[in-house]
Amino acid sequence: MKKLFAIAVVLCLLIAGCTDTKSRSTGVYMLLDTSGTYAVELKKAQKILNYLLGILAPGDTLAVARIDTGSFSEKDIVSKVTFDERPSVANNQKRAFMQQVEAFVTKVKGSPYTDISGGILQAIEYLNEAESGKKYILIFSDLKEELAKGYKRDIPFQLPDYNVIALNVTKLRGDNIDPKEYMARVEDWRAKVEKGGGDWGMVNDLERLDNIFAN
Amino acid sequence: MTFANMLNITNSPALSILIWIVLFLLALYFARRPFHQAVMSFSKIIRNALRLGAASVLSAEKRLLVRNREVLMAAGLENAERIVEREFDRIAAAVTRDLESYPNVHRQLSEVIVKLDEDYTNSADVPPSLPNWMPIIESIAKIEHGGDSMVANMLAEINRSLTEQNKKAIEDYRNSTAARHAILNKMMPFWRKVERSLDGIASSMSNIKKRAKTVDRCMDQYEKIRAGSDSAARALSTSALTQFAIAALVLLIAIGGAIINFNLIALPMSEMVGGASYIGPFKTSDVAGLVIILVELTMGLFLMESLRITRLFPIIGAMDDKMRHRMIIITFTLLAILAGVESALAFMRDRIAHDMEVLRQTLAGAEQMGLSPSIIPTVGQMVLGFILPFALAFVAIPLEMFVASSRTVLGAGMAWLLRLLAFFLRLLGNIGFYTGRFIVNIYDLAIFPAIWLEGIILTSKGKKMALPEAEIPEDSKLVEEAVDSYEETIKIKEPQE
Repeated sequence: MKKLFAIAVVLCLLIAGCTDTKSRSTGVYMLLDTSGTYAVELKKAQKILNYLLGILAPGDTLAVARIDTGSFSEKDIVSKVTFDERPSVANNQKRAFMQQVEAFVTKVKGSPYTDISGGILQAIEYLNEAESGKKYILIFSDLKEELAKGYKRDIPFQLPDYNVIALNVTKLRGDNIDPKEYMARVEDWRAKVEKGGGDWGMVNDLERLDNIFAN
Repeated sequence: MTFANMLNITNSPALSILIWIVLFLLALYFARRPFHQAVMSFSKIIRNALRLGAASVLSAEKRLLVRNREVLMAAGLENAERIVEREFDRIAAAVTRDLESYPNVHRQLSEVIVKLDEDYTNSADVPPSLPNWMPIIESIAKIEHGGDSMVANMLAEINRSLTEQNKKAIEDYRNSTAARHAILNKMMPFWRKVERSLDGIASSMSNIKKRAKTVDRCMDQYEKIRAGSDSAARALSTSALTQFAIAALVLLIAIGGAIINFNLIALPMSEMVGGASYIGPFKTSDVAGLVIILVELTMGLFLMESLRITRLFPIIGAMDDKMRHRMIIITFTLLAILAGVESALAFMRDRIAHDMEVLRQTLAGAEQMGLSPSIIPTVGQMVLGFILPFALAFVAIPLEMFVASSRTVLGAGMAWLLRLLAFFLRLLGNIGFYTGRFIVNIYDLAIFPAIWLEGIILTSKGKKMALPEAEIPEDSKLVEEAVDSYEETIKIKEPQE
């Protein structure tokens, strides 16, 4: 009997030792630009979110936040969820999430300014707390940052292990006249992200959303 | 000294080159013998080292072949013992079944024989014989009575009375014969019964005789294997190869079944143990599903062992019958419970898959069809989930075959690899040796003018030119032994092939 108990204890210890403590979950934080010029694109964002809900697995984290005048705030988080480990419960959470996003897209009002940096800072804070293994920040915006007077966003990002992906970066009227402006804008964000230790990516064709998690 | 300086030792560069060539040839000529010896020694080192290596490998192969033969014979003996044992079991069962009831049959036969005897005794009663009255009656009927009415009446009366007596006697005789026939007629079923019983005994004896012949045949084979005959080794080797191939094929099919089984239960297991935790690089739910399948396989193995179909665990086979029966019941019950669990998991899988499909449609913006899902796939999955564990239980049989035959097949494969290695070692040795000779010949070719002159000088002095090959010593004894060893190995190998 004692032998059996000893064997059981050893087996339990072995199993406990084998348990992988490294998180393998995915954390996705999506920033939605609600500035006046871009708010019309939000229907597309909803499709992207539906795609994300379809591929995220139990245990993964998903949050959606709006980009407005001051985005470094929990109040800007539209909806957030960490899916339950049981698939059936996770499916119900996905349905609820989808409804919340739909309600937001229907009622959203455009903001006068676009604080993308504040949104990214909030995303970093949220995903660090969620302790996801793979972290993605998706920026659904034209990447044109316009800060209100008095807002300071000259803080360097800390983005190690982060993938920052810009989605649907539309060209503004000025970009059409001088494409250099568009390129400079994209390059500026790439530099900021890579300086912070993150990986930069851009997906403009919404038919190729599988490229988001390609790496 | 630079190349330019070398060309300037005389006024003419061509002459300088010629002088250098002559000097070079002379140097090569004088270095010829040591160079030949060095090259040949080196090439012989290579050849001898590699041939020794080949001999060592062949020796290992020889030992492996002997071991393989021992393993093969041991396996053959075990198999033959098993067959003989099984035949004896069958004989025992037949004897128990047929001869156990022999006392009863004997009693029945005795009873029937007594009855037959009684009937025979009864039928032996002789019927009253018919009086020889016919000539008397005829004589009386012919007597002349001469018109005397009284005599005529008396004679007529005597005649009538005698006729009546005669009729009665015939009647009695017929009745008595009929009674005897009736008794004999009643004896028929008893005869048939006796015949049937005797037929049954004859059939049992014939069956036992047939089994005895099988046992004799198996014993012959057993004796051949015990004697270690080459024909037995050949037969066993071929049999092992066939068994290996068949067992491997069946195991592949079983692996396919296990994969399907795994896919049936992996998703619902995530509902039970969570889908986000990991053990090492594997999902806990996947590991849990795999563990269930492995437990089913183990139960199947134990069940087959308890039923004495396989002999992978001798300790189970050696258990007393009572314990073995308990084990059969326990393993079968556990297997049935696991099959039930799998069936339930298959049902859950169908539900989860349906829910996911509905969610995907909702996310894609597709309209819900509103149709209830068909019950056929659900039932199909549940039935599959219930049947597969029992089907996997039978994996024990090919697994045992595979394990048993793989020893022989792997041994044969290993021996073949060793022989191939020995061949390549010998080939490399020979290549090394002949490369040395080739270098020596090329060297001689390069200094042929000097050798030609030497030949002319020696011929003029009446001496014979020594060939470089004559300087090469013969192969050492060790190398020759290596060659012998190879021949021996081939001799051992031949009967097994």
